[in-house]
Amino acid sequence: MTQQPQHTKTKRYGMVIDLDKCTGCGACMVACYAENNVPFRQDESDKMRSLNWIRVMKVDNGKPFPDTQVCYIPMPCMQCDGQHMQGHSPCVSVCPAVATDYDHPTGIVSQIYTRCFGCRYCMAACPYHARKFNWWDPKWPADMEKYLNPDVSARMRGVVEKCSFCYHRYQKARDKAYVEGREELHEDEYQTACARACPTNAITFGDLHNPDHAVYSLSRSKNAFRLLERLNTNPKVYYLSSKSWVRRKADNYLEGENPEEIREKARKAAATH
Amino acid sequence: MTTPAIPEGVKRCPTRQFTLWLAVVGAVLLWGVYAMFLIWYKGLNQTGMNDAYGFALWIWADLAVIALGGGAFFSGFLTYIIGKKELKSIINYAVIIGFICYSSALLILALDIGQPLRGWFIFWHANVHSMLTEVAFCLSCYFAVLTIEFIPLVLENPKLDRIPFLHHLSHNMHEVMAVFAATGVFLSFFHQGSLGGVAGVLYARPFAYREGLLIWPWTFFLFTWSAAAVGPCFTMLVTWLTEKITQKRLVRPEAFQLLAKISGWMLLTYMIAKIADTWYWAAVTAPSKGFSLMDFYSNNPVYGIWILIAELVICGIVPALILITRKGRENKRLLVTAAILAVLGVCINRWVMVLQVMAAPLLPFQDWYMYIPTWQEVATTILPVAYGAILISLAYRYLPVFPHEKELNPGQ
Repeated sequence: MTQQPQHTKTKRYGMVIDLDKCTGCGACMVACYAENNVPFRQDESDKMRSLNWIRVMKVDNGKPFPDTQVCYIPMPCMQCDGQHMQGHSPCVSVCPAVATDYDHPTGIVSQIYTRCFGCRYCMAACPYHARKFNWWDPKWPADMEKYLNPDVSARMRGVVEKCSFCYHRYQKARDKAYVEGREELHEDEYQTACARACPTNAITFGDLHNPDHAVYSLSRSKNAFRLLERLNTNPKVYYLSSKSWVRRKADNYLEGENPEEIREKARKAAATH
Repeated sequence: MTTPAIPEGVKRCPTRQFTLWLAVVGAVLLWGVYAMFLIWYKGLNQTGMNDAYGFALWIWADLAVIALGGGAFFSGFLTYIIGKKELKSIINYAVIIGFICYSSALLILALDIGQPLRGWFIFWHANVHSMLTEVAFCLSCYFAVLTIEFIPLVLENPKLDRIPFLHHLSHNMHEVMAVFAATGVFLSFFHQGSLGGVAGVLYARPFAYREGLLIWPWTFFLFTWSAAAVGPCFTMLVTWLTEKITQKRLVRPEAFQLLAKISGWMLLTYMIAKIADTWYWAAVTAPSKGFSLMDFYSNNPVYGIWILIAELVICGIVPALILITRKGRENKRLLVTAAILAVLGVCINRWVMVLQVMAAPLLPFQDWYMYIPTWQEVATTILPVAYGAILISLAYRYLPVFPHEKELNPGQ
């Protein structure tokens, strides 16, 4: 009798970014451009039309010198689990042509470029502005075309694109594991390009469900928070900061509200799900 | 001068004057067509939109013309389903205005997508959970219904009417028009509603998001309601404008009065619902996400609290009160003022539900996003106005649009 194939455990790939370690160097952005064939233009001064799958935001505490403090916040796609943690991400449910999808085995929100017809409803739905539109056809300097990553398809004018948590790397790692007769991936087998490139190890990537992965404990530490948690988007990108003013900048609060209390409540609600 | 193509017993301007008018409006149309060509050829980089402003002028224009075109379905409902015979005087014109609005909306949608050749994906790869899918299906179906409603009128052109087959076809289509009117009402309820749902379901956009009933946010019902209320106001306004330009009485006064009265009560009840919705959103929904009302109306150069007051009071309550009172309705100047205000009100509502949603910052370290349309966007938004003017001119000249025109203008 043949053995029935066992289903692998559902993953919930996520990221923890330690803002105390981030220097804002932008290596994550550069690595992402190279890895994912993200095109750029000769004139990139209009940042509202720049294509980038991860961008680094500069935030300060609003105080004058010498009390000024600065923090850099790298922002990839937050890969939201959505309301009730069921894959009802803000962008997925609104796409009229199923060009973006929530992959339940990994929790990664995908984008199908050849399906997208560029209505941009997903961009309107995303509160993090993680989704980028191809306002122009991609063009690389002639020699650079030789360096394009063959594992990632280039996108055409008129479609939306976004961070995929380097899904092609997951596919490669999974194929390798399959050949070797394994069901599970090791933590270091599947890492995103930005996590690999970060010179200060500020970015940690892994399975948020797996206690053996570093992100499991990091995402549960007392200084962990997510952006705009109160919108119930349930992002899988966590941040760490020892500074309360940084944590305060991550969400909106009414006068008199205690951010830490609200965050704790949200965390408990998410844990229940 | 009367030619055989012009309906019997009515007087129209000389051909030279008509041609000159068409040339002027045609020039505006060509300007829009040129911009349209640029957008299709060069892409959406020709617009002022950006990654924060994915929805802008066009989506507003879409929502606005569909709301204003609501006069067709609501007048059809009143005429054919409820049996308000007085409205037969204006129903043809309501259908033409609706046809123009909906065809314009479809054209704008075709412009607004990054890959126009893939537009059919919305039907082929339909995501049934997306409000935009519902919009696409209902909008296309209702446009087909409007075309069916428009065809018999086209066939009543004297030259076409002489052909026996077309004469009988037109007659038989008139006989079954109530069925199409009912279908139109059904479809309109859903697409007007789903356009409201487009913004209302965005749960990560606190300015737009609304709770609701089952899968439908409150904006679903508010959009349908407001279109039914204001659509007839737009029909009256265009009719009044046509009367001014042609210097003729075209519609019986009782049709105006009835439409104004129904529109007034619809508008008043809509405003009560809208104010209740706004209050609940400001007091419960937005604070639960960390926002106070004034977070959405301060720290930016455009969107102050004035826009809320303008929408709800000046362009909402005020026209509603004028229209529900007999004195208000019977005073033509007041009636027209109320219709203009109501039309402006629904346009403001659609504007804030699209552009202010995009403009409002979400992260505390972000600023408001501002957007200025390019001339290509403006030209393509004006294009439907020119197209509408041409279609109305042709219809008025060659089709018996107003059944009581002869009776109302005995001297001519």
